[in-house]
Amino acid sequence: MTAYVIRNASILGADVADVRIVDGVIAEIGTTLDTSDVEVIDADGLIALPGLVDLHTHLREPGREDAETVETGTRSAAAGGFTLVHAMANTDPVADTAGVVEQVWRLGREHGYCDVAPVGAVTVGLAGEKLAELGAMADSAARVRVFSDDGKCVSDAVLMRRALEYVKAFDGVIAQHAQEPRLTEGAQMNEGELSGVLGLTGWPAVAEEAIIARDVLLAEHVGSRLHVCHLSTRGSVEIVRWAKSRGIDVTAEVTPHHLLLTDELAATYDPIYKVNPPLRTADDVAALREALAEGVIDIVATDHAPHPSEDKDCEWAAAAFGMIGLETALSVVQHTMVDTGLLDWAGVADRMSARPAAIGRVASHGRPLAVGEPANIVLYDPSASRVVRPEDTVSMSRNTPYRGIELPGKVVATFLRGRPTVLDGTVVDEASVEEVSA
Amino acid sequence: MRHLLSTGDLSRDDAVLLLDTAEEMLSVAQRPIKKLPTLRGQTVVNLFFEDSTRTRISFEAAAKRLSADVINFAAKGSSVSKGESLKDTALTLQAMGADAVVIRHGASGAPARLARAGWIDSAILNAGDGSHEHPTQALLDAFTMRRHLAPSGDRSLEGRRVAIVGDVLHSRVARSNALLLATLGAEVTLVAPPTLMPYGVESWPVETSYDLDTVLAKSDAVMMLRVQTERMNAAFFPSAREYSRRYGLDSRRMAKLPEHAIVMHPGPMNRGMEITADVADSVRSVIVEQVTNGVAVRMAALYLLLSGARDAATTSPATTADLTEGQA
Repeated sequence: MTAYVIRNASILGADVADVRIVDGVIAEIGTTLDTSDVEVIDADGLIALPGLVDLHTHLREPGREDAETVETGTRSAAAGGFTLVHAMANTDPVADTAGVVEQVWRLGREHGYCDVAPVGAVTVGLAGEKLAELGAMADSAARVRVFSDDGKCVSDAVLMRRALEYVKAFDGVIAQHAQEPRLTEGAQMNEGELSGVLGLTGWPAVAEEAIIARDVLLAEHVGSRLHVCHLSTRGSVEIVRWAKSRGIDVTAEVTPHHLLLTDELAATYDPIYKVNPPLRTADDVAALREALAEGVIDIVATDHAPHPSEDKDCEWAAAAFGMIGLETALSVVQHTMVDTGLLDWAGVADRMSARPAAIGRVASHGRPLAVGEPANIVLYDPSASRVVRPEDTVSMSRNTPYRGIELPGKVVATFLRGRPTVLDGTVVDEASVEEVSA
Repeated sequence: MRHLLSTGDLSRDDAVLLLDTAEEMLSVAQRPIKKLPTLRGQTVVNLFFEDSTRTRISFEAAAKRLSADVINFAAKGSSVSKGESLKDTALTLQAMGADAVVIRHGASGAPARLARAGWIDSAILNAGDGSHEHPTQALLDAFTMRRHLAPSGDRSLEGRRVAIVGDVLHSRVARSNALLLATLGAEVTLVAPPTLMPYGVESWPVETSYDLDTVLAKSDAVMMLRVQTERMNAAFFPSAREYSRRYGLDSRRMAKLPEHAIVMHPGPMNRGMEITADVADSVRSVIVEQVTNGVAVRMAALYLLLSGARDAATTSPATTADLTEGQA
């Protein structure tokens, strides 16, 4: 395997140093390293971060290969600086058996752009009635630790309690899509002043907050671990803050789009802005940013949700929920958190790499940039900027809500265990060949 | 004015121009030959994804009286029911050369999508979208109010008090009326049980009340909205009987209205639910007249959108002479 020296990278946005990569491992960090017999990557002006980890990605395979595949989704992830993504379970068939999670995991390994940690369904078929074989998925080659019915809420309190209890046997976590189903029947957008005017059925904040409040109390009662997916309201932040202050083992994520966009966009009736949970108010956005800076919200997770164009090129009510986000996540975090002074780059590395890997119990990712650690590294140019064009996406789908918006930053290179998956801002396609032969 | 999507898009001048033009159109309707050559050679498509015989017929009559060619495209029995998308339907209509598309759709915002998504260049008239808006209904309501409450002088509805009663939450008629009447200077009070009041209604340019009796005494017009009995099953109110006792208009309640006040209903009525038969058929009721006025208002809307060069903000109302000029 080729050895590399990354020259003059600003490590976590601080000191400038060279990084030597040998055999997939960070072999040396220092100034003016010897560059004989290595490939030199010039990183002047670039920031080095640990490879990003997404706890919430929809890769769509198996079942919706018209929207995304493991291959295209992991290419998209690599382009966004990710070295590990957690693939959500709402595929067809649902990832509720060891067979399906192993298939997804294996596809990730074969393509080699980005590691894939499958998320297992909590209930059979996401139907919310019967626990899936969580233990079998945990014991499979995919070593599943994160379980979620994402897209649907485990709304039955007893089932949620049992799931929380059961995963304690293998240090699993239940990642809850917090949405009280009866309060959100037919819901289309945030319930607020605008939903009433637009005549779109509201998705009230209380439908999220009531489930989070119940679940943190359940987690406390049974002494288990809860993760809250895509938290979106100020009230949810307050509940999580309260739960953490009581010592409840709860973690929470926020999506890039909830850090930037607001429900005002629904007034266009363009379903590119239709997402679940919905875009909320500017006040919620402010609360989410503060909570992420404080650490009350632990991580950023993309909820990358690819859809074919026909599922968005229609009237609002007929459109699918969701937006893609892997390739814009770091830029949106820079724009909303770093450029605003809320978070430094070490903080970004914590929220987008170390903590998500820790929640997913993946030991080989989210590691510090230090000698002896796996060489999962992203080189990022914070001074670049671009106007987002849907046709430029690496993902198979084009449903980006940032169309026409200028965002800062650019992923210049991504290394997965010492092998570049992205160089000069372009996905390296021979990666898979190398991986298979390695 | 390129499209008519929401009454919230209309300035006061736009709205007054539409109403004044409708007066001219109404005079046409009272002639023995109810037809003008104005839109000859233009094609108006009635694209109805929901059943609505009365609105569709009203638009059809309006377009025909202006000599437009009318194509009725009912989603049922067309390729839409086989799963054709709104986009493909729009592309088809574009290819056929539709000059105006009158759309009724169950999804809020579907007309706005047609107008903005780049699928079709036609003028788009919203004939009711989900629980969003129904602008021509509000215009015909304002037109009817003006004829009764401001028959002469400046014909302004400034300071006139209008109660809109019933299922405001799901009502596109209420939304369009609230916005239009506020633009015209009328004082609107929405009356509904709290469960049928939209979330965030405090930000609307209206008053609200849960008590119909106190509002009636100071109303110049009262508009009763249709209440679907299926709302009962969704716990919006306990029973049809309780609803009609608290929010229905019967003759006892009607007696509280001032002498000059009128009773309106956009139809179709649930007699015995939100309005009793004797009220609906009383001398105060202008419900049938609303239907007549609907054709005149829709003629005005089609005329102003399709006669191109006329800029709604600056042009004076059409006269019958204008409308007939160029007649060969």
